Amino acid sequence: MFCQQGGNNMSQVIVVTSGKGGVGKTTTTANIGTGLALKGHKVVLLDADIGLRNLDVVMGLENRIVYDLIDVLEGHCRIKQALIKDKRYSGLYLLPAAQTRDKTAVNPEQMQKLCSQLKEEYDYVIIDCPAGIEQGFKNAIAGADKAIVVTTPEVSAVRDADRIIGLLEASELRNPTLILNRIRMNMVKRGDMMAMEDVVEILAVDLLGVVPDDENIVISTNRGEPAVTNPDSLAGQAFRNIVERLLGNNVPLLDLDINEGFMDKIKKLFGIGN
Amino acid sequence: MDLFSFFSRKPSSKDVAKDRLKLLLIHDRINCSPDLLEMMKTDIIKVISNYMDIDEDELDIQIGQTKAEGSDGTVPVLYANIPIKNVRKVGNQ
Repeated sequence: MFCQQGGNNMSQVIVVTSGKGGVGKTTTTANIGTGLALKGHKVVLLDADIGLRNLDVVMGLENRIVYDLIDVLEGHCRIKQALIKDKRYSGLYLLPAAQTRDKTAVNPEQMQKLCSQLKEEYDYVIIDCPAGIEQGFKNAIAGADKAIVVTTPEVSAVRDADRIIGLLEASELRNPTLILNRIRMNMVKRGDMMAMEDVVEILAVDLLGVVPDDENIVISTNRGEPAVTNPDSLAGQAFRNIVERLLGNNVPLLDLDINEGFMDKIKKLFGIGN
Repeated sequence: MDLFSFFSRKPSSKDVAKDRLKLLLIHDRINCSPDLLEMMKTDIIKVISNYMDIDEDELDIQIGQTKAEGSDGTVPVLYANIPIKNVRKVGNQ
C-alpha cells in the first residue's frame, strides 16, 4: 500500500462529495490532500466546483492562479502549466476551477480523460465536488475510483448524503466511505446531537472518520493553511487519522472527549453537572 | 440516555431527529411522494367500496417500517387502517 513514486497503477482518484452545501467538502479535500502529501505522496487537488471555486482560497493559493481547469480541458495550456505547486508542502499541486464559466462548460468524458492523465504522474487526485446532484456532480465523479461522502449530524445533511450514496452506487462508485464532520461531543452527550453510531446506522456505510467541530478550522481557513498541518488542532488530528486509514493503516477513532475542559473533567469526577 | 432525559418525559432532540430522518429516508428511498400516497388512497377506497361501506374520513394510510424477518434490519411497510361501517353482501350494488 506504500507507493512513493508516481505513475503506477496504484494511483487513485478520490472524489469528496456531499449533496448538501456547506458541510465541509472543500476543507476535507484540502486536509486529506495535504495530509497525503505530508506522508510523501504526489497529490493533485482538483477543484471541480466551476464558477464557485474555493479550494484555492482554503489552500491559500488564490494569488498564484494563471490557468484553470477549463483552460486545460479546452487545450489552451498543458496540464503542467495549470498546476500550482504548493511551495510549503512538497508533492502537493492544485488544479483550480474556472471562476468565470459554469458547470456546463465541462462534460464527464473530458474529466475521465483528465483523471487518467493525472494518474500517470501522481499518486492521488483528490476532487472537490460541487454541491448538488446535477451536471457538476456528474462531472466530478466521472473519473473517480473511490468516493468519500461528507456529512454533518443534521437531518438535512444526512438525508442528502443518503441520496448521494444512492447516486454514487448507481454510477458504479460502490462502497463510498463516510466522514462525519463538525460533531460536538458535549451536544451528543446531552442527547441533542446524533452520534456517529446513529448516522452510520441510518446510512449503512463504512465510516472513514469523525471530525470534531473545531475553532482551529476557522483559524486555519483564515490563514490559508490546512488544519492537518497544525499539531495542536483536534480536527487536524482527525484528518491525520483519516489519511492513515486511506493509506490502509488501522487507526482507532479519535477520542473526542479531550476537548472537554479541565473543569468539566473535575465535575465529572465528582458526578456533578453535564 | 443520561439522567436528565430519564426524568423529563420529552424525548431528546437527537431521538426526534433520528426518527424523522428514518421516516424521511423510507419515503426518499422508495421514491413515494405524498401525492402518490394520496392517489393510492383514492384507488384503495374505490376497490374496497365495491364490497364494503368504509369510513373514508377515518381512513389512514402510511408508510412505516417493521423489523425484517431473519435479520436485524428494518423493511418499509404500507400500513392501512380502514374502518368498516357496514359489510355489503357481494352481488348487491
